[in-house]
Formats: sequence, structure tokens, C-alpha cells
Amino acid sequence: MSEDLLRIEGLRTVFRTHGGEVTAVDGVDLSVPRGRTLGIVGESGCGKSVLSLSIMRLVAHPGRIAAGRVLLEGRDLVGLSSAEMRQVRGSQVAMIFQEPMTSLNPVHTVGFQITEAMRAHDPRASATELRERAIEALNRVRIPSPDRRFDEYPHQLSGGMRQRVMIAMALACRPKLLIADEPTTALDVTVQAQILDLLRDLQAETGMSIILITHDLGVVAEMADEVAVMYAGRVVERAEAGAIFGDPMHPYTLGLLGSVPRLDEERETLLAIDGSVPPPFALPKGCRFHPRCPFAAAECKSDQPPLREVVSGHSAACLRAPVEAFAA
Amino acid sequence: MSETLLEVTGLAKHYPVRKGLIVAKQVGTVRAVDGVSFSVSRGETLALVGESGCGKSTTARLVLRLIEPSAGSIRFEGVDVTRITGAAQRAMRRRMQIVFQDPYASLNPRLTVAETIAEPMLVHGIGDAAARRKRVEELLSLVGLRAFHAQRYPHEFSGGQRQRIGIARALSVQPDLVVCDEPVSALDVSIQAQVVNLLKDLQRRFGLAYLFIAHDLAVVKHVADRVAVMYLGQIVEIGDKRSLFASPRHPYTRALLSAIPHPDPERRGQVKPLGGDLPSPLNPPPGCRFHTRCPFAQERCRREVPELRRLGPGHDAACHFAETLPPAGLDFTGGLSENAAKRLALYAKARAA
Ligand SMILES: Nc1ncnc2c1ncn2[C@@H]1O[C@H](COP(=O)(O)OP(=O)(O)OP(=O)(O)O)[C@@H](O)[C@H]1O
Ligand SMILES: Nc1ncnc2c1ncn2[C@@H]1O[C@H](COP(=O)(O)OP(=O)(O)O)[C@@H](O)[C@H]1O
Ligand code: SF4
Ligand code: SF4
Ligand SMILES: [Mg+2]
Ligand SMILES: [Mg+2]
Repeated sequence: MSEDLLRIEGLRTVFRTHGGEVTAVDGVDLSVPRGRTLGIVGESGCGKSVLSLSIMRLVAHPGRIAAGRVLLEGRDLVGLSSAEMRQVRGSQVAMIFQEPMTSLNPVHTVGFQITEAMRAHDPRASATELRERAIEALNRVRIPSPDRRFDEYPHQLSGGMRQRVMIAMALACRPKLLIADEPTTALDVTVQAQILDLLRDLQAETGMSIILITHDLGVVAEMADEVAVMYAGRVVERAEAGAIFGDPMHPYTLGLLGSVPRLDEERETLLAIDGSVPPPFALPKGCRFHPRCPFAAAECKSDQPPLREVVSGHSAACLRAPVEAFAA
Repeated sequence: MSETLLEVTGLAKHYPVRKGLIVAKQVGTVRAVDGVSFSVSRGETLALVGESGCGKSTTARLVLRLIEPSAGSIRFEGVDVTRITGAAQRAMRRRMQIVFQDPYASLNPRLTVAETIAEPMLVHGIGDAAARRKRVEELLSLVGLRAFHAQRYPHEFSGGQRQRIGIARALSVQPDLVVCDEPVSALDVSIQAQVVNLLKDLQRRFGLAYLFIAHDLAVVKHVADRVAVMYLGQIVEIGDKRSLFASPRHPYTRALLSAIPHPDPERRGQVKPLGGDLPSPLNPPPGCRFHTRCPFAQERCRREVPELRRLGPGHDAACHFAETLPPAGLDFTGGLSENAAKRLALYAKARAA
């Protein structure tokens, strides 16, 4: 068994709104082993991004972490000062986002942005040294003719190339953990395949851990060692990737699996999930999935199901999992 | 049965690229769409797939006559729509409607849902106020929305619901052809499935034809009857869906198919990325436009343009070596595990109950 790099315990992140305080992430427990990839899936609005921003301590006002611990190699990030946290970001934990254009500055060259990120962690390095290291970083993410690209602006690059630049910047200081929030959602499948391939190679090279957030179950199956399924701010199922797909327990996971159009079969209609994710200010009582769950029973409307181990190493937050036990 | 509704021949859209502020000189041409031909039969779905920037939306806009073609013809029930004007053109416009990709940007935020849906009827002078109100009610229920939604504004709806509003609006004037420009690409997979199911259901009920633009071949497999694959402004392969998925003849189609990750960790590592970037449509490569990225490219490919040619019943591809390429080696078998299949069946049964 590999040791955990990151452990999240009872994390709760709230936002102050007109209607009072709402909870976007509600009591999440997770762990990420060294050198492995944790996939987090769920529909948009389930709290995946707020969770990852919480790990980075980047939740902006009016949001805040209200409870819980984020232990990186045993050290609780929640209690760190902003100066300490700046040191952690970049050198130990780094993040890439869905839309590379919004996180790159359009008025500076690619090279300038990478060297700035490097300078923040190594103020004494000379300009030529930084340039060399930046070009090497671009080379590592397989950008062709990196010395030419160094002097180009973000708008001169394709979407896939921009995402590579983001990855190069994130990995410039060799972090132990990379959080990738929907890194390929805005890209074509062909470019997505290149980026996933790159992430896998870089992980093998550096031994970093990855948290990969996505709503694409194909991407999860391709990349993740372990999977957490999130719904309405909570983790509703957790297991190794093989077990999530081979032995899915939670009705929400089933609904997601049924919704995916597959190349290996063709159904007349896809198994959709009815309705949509409730916003944090209108969470249903009991099991938060009950208004959309085809298996919902009376007790589901009153009791919030805890995440419990259904079979060894495989947990689900459902009163009726596995569902065949209750099917008439 | 297969009565041709739309026939597009040699369609092209070229944008001049100018430089210089005072005396603008043309320095090049963006070949956004460059000689595209296809047809859509009544009640049929033709999917148009390809990477971002390959010319799918431009093709859609040309078909709907939102922009003028640089060359080619567009026939609707045999009538060349590039040549008609006035009342005849308006009548034609009613019969072709569009659903856009971005459910956030495509609806006017100042119109209520009822006004949004009724607008095309108003434009085409269909019915009086009372008849239109009644029709809006019907349409709302048709797309799975509720009567009380009529007086709300678009921002009060989720992405999937807005897409339903867009569909109701398109159907309000009873079109024969609906151009769907990436109608589900911006949606979560669960909501995408709802909208795909709705589109298929509406097609069955009203005999609609769809020109369905997508970049996700897995979605296309569920909605299309025929598929056209575009690369840099041209169709490189077109065929009956079964034939195209079973034996893709163009290396680019194969590359698109093998880039899709399967929702099955046991088949991890089978995704094969296609090297290189999409070349600019400003200076498309000579010869076969795909040769800069094609693993099978030969000397001839750099010189000679491959024509789209017949390779099987209703199946054409534009590759010099389509007959002699090695087997595609794409394995779509496998499917769901026993436990997953069993529980999904229970899910389906419980949901239907
Ligand atoms: N008005 C215009 N002037 C110049 N070039 C244009 C114009 N409109 C489109 N293009 C170019 O034509 C090409 C095709 O664009 P189009 O929007 O049709 O692509 P698409 O296949 O729909 O892509 P996506 O998947 O990103 O929607 C692109 O290279 C685009 O930059
Ligand atoms: N600044 C904010 N103020 C209030 N609610 C917020 C804020 N940011 C996010 N939320 C809410 O938290 C929930 C989870 O959001 P998010 O983490 O972005 O979802 P995901 O990444 O899973 O799509 C959403 O309902 C969202 O509206
Ligand atoms: S607890 Fe009840 S409502 Fe919730 S997922 Fe399980 S069966 Fe469905
Ligand atoms: S013509 Fe040549 S370059 Fe073009 S797809 Fe065929 S083999 Fe590849
Ligand atoms: Mg998000
Ligand atoms: Mg488009």
C-alpha cells in the first residue's frame, strides 16, 4: 500500500450569499497516494472546482473554509499564513484550469510568464538561466521549436498549445501534487488525447500525484487510479477505478454511466438522469440525490446516507446500495 | 422514402485576409469551407464532425443563408436557394431552422421564454396572438418544460433547459430541416443524454431532418444515420453510419475514433493521439491536406490532391491509399461489466416505472 501524499478530512467550504450562508463543499474526506491519480467526477455545480480551490487555499471572498483539514505530507494547509501558502503553491502543489486563455496573460509573451513563475521561487537566478530553464520546460511539454514559442503571445498559440504552456508553468517548480480542473474539456478529442498522454508521461517521469477533475467518464477510465464521485457538495462514491466501472454502487454513478454515449454499443435512447443538480441554497432533505433517484424510497427523503464501505475498499453514500438487494 | 431534402454541391466560403490600414491589400485567403458536397434526405440525420476550426459552423451558416457562399449551390427540394429572393426566400427560411451550441449566448436575455419561442412565428406571420400562445404551450410541453416557465427569462434556466427552449423555438414554425450546431457540446453528459433523447424523439414524431454538427463521434454514433468527416474545410469521408464506424477508410477518421477514451479502465492505454496541430486554413498544405499529420503519407500525397471517391455502398473517402491501408485495429467491443449492466437495467426499469 502506498503512502498518502494528501489527506482531506471533513472539509467544508461555505459562501455568504444574500439568502445566508450556503455550503458548496460539505464534509469531504479524500486521500491521494503518492505518484497516483485521483479522478473526481460529477456534473457541473457539484463542487469539484470549489474543492480544488479549497485545497489550494484560493477560495475567494465571500467564500471560506469553515471546517476540516487539508494535510499535505501531514502538514495542515488550512492553518498556514498566506506567505506560507504562497510558498506551497507552485513548489509543492500546482493547478491547471479548464480555460487556458483566462489563466494566461494576453499582454505578455509565453516566455515572460514562465520565467516570472520561476523567478518567484528562485529570485536569484539570472535572466539567461531562467530563459534556458523555461525553454527546457516548454520542451518537456513537447512544444515544437520552444525557443521560437518563448517569444510568442498566448493568442498566437492553439488551444492545445496553450494548455501545454499552462502545464509547463505549473510543473516549472516540480510540484508533488498537480490539480488539473477539467484540463481537456475545452479541447478537441485529438488534442485531449495528446494532453492526457503528456500528463501520464510527466507523472511517470516526476512521480507527482494528480487530482484530475472531469465530467468525462472516458477520461477518468483512461487516467485515474482511484475515483471519487461528487454530488451536491459531497462524495457519494469512492473506489479504485476498476471497481467504479466494474461494480458501480451509487445510483448517481449508474446514471452517469448510463448517460455516456458509447462506441461499443448503441441504444435507442440513452439512460439519462432526470432533472438537474440542486444549487447549494436549495438542497433537498435526506439523500441529496433523492429527487432524481429512480430507487428513492421513503427513508431516503429523511435520512442523509453516510459514506459507508459496501465492500472492502469501496464506499457509497446510499441507503440502498447495492440496488439489486432492494429491487422488486 | 429517401426523398432528398437538401443538396449541397461544391459549397465554398473564402475570406480574404487584408493587411495595411490605409490601403488594405489582400495578402491571403482563409479557405473556411472549400468545396463541400452532401445531401440530407427527409427525416434523416447527417452528422458533420471534425476538429475545431474545420468549417462546420461556416457550413451551417451557408446552408441557412446567413452568409453568402463564394461558390457552389444549395438546393432545398430541388430549388436553388442562392437564387431566390423576397417572399419565396422567406418561405424557404421558415423550413430550415437552427439550434446553437451555446445555450447561454444564443437566447436574447430580454425576452421571456414565451416571447423567445413565439418570435419566429411572429417573423413569419403565423397565427394570431391567441394561436401563438397556445402553440407556445404545446411546444413547452413537447420539450419537457412546464407552462409556468413561459413568463420567465433565460437566465433563470440551466444549460439543458435553455437548450430545450432553443429547440422549442426552432420547432415553432414546423421546419423540415433543423441545423443543430453542437447542440449538446456545452452540456454535462447527463443533460446531454436528455437533450439527445429529446431530439431523437422529436425527429420520430415530426419526420424532421437534422444536419447535426458535433465533434464527439460517440454522440454521433447515437444520433446520426450518415456521417461526414471534415478536415480543413473539406469532407474527407462520408458514409452510412454503420459502414463508417465499422470500417473507417480515411486515416483522419481513424485518428478521430482512436482518440476517444472509452469509459472502461480495462481498455486504458488504447487511446492513440494524433501528432501535430491542425494547419491554418490560410495556407492549407498542398496535395492531401492531411499529409502533415498522416502516419501513412507517401510522396504522392504531398503532390496530388485525393478526390472523394466511392469505396463501398454509400461510402466515400478522399485518400489515395484507402484500399491498401492496414486494418484500422479499432476495437469497440467490451462494453459494460456484468454488475454494471445488471444495475443499469434495474435503473432503467425503476426510472420507467
Ligand atoms: N468571418 C470570418 N473571417 C475570417 N475567417 C473566418 C471567419 N469565420 C470563420 N473563419 C475561419 O474559418 C474556419 C472555419 O470556422 P468555423 O467556425 O466554421 O469552424 P468550426 O468547424 O465550426 O469550429 P468549432 O468546432 O470551433 O466550432 C476557421 O479557421 C475560422 O477561423
Ligand atoms: N462565489 C460563489 N458564491 C456562491 N456560490 C458559489 C460560488 N462559487 C461557487 N459557488 C457554488 O458552489 C457550487 C459548486 O461549484 P463548483 O465547485 O464550481 O462546481 P463544479 O466545479 O463541480 O462544476 C455551485 O452551486 C456554485 O454555484
Ligand atoms: S439513498 Fe435513496 S435516494 Fe439516495 S441514492 Fe440511495 S436509493 Fe437513491
Ligand atoms: S492521401 Fe496520403 S496523406 Fe492523405 S490521408 Fe491518404 S495516405 Fe494520408
Ligand atoms: Mg468546475
Ligand atoms: Mg463551430
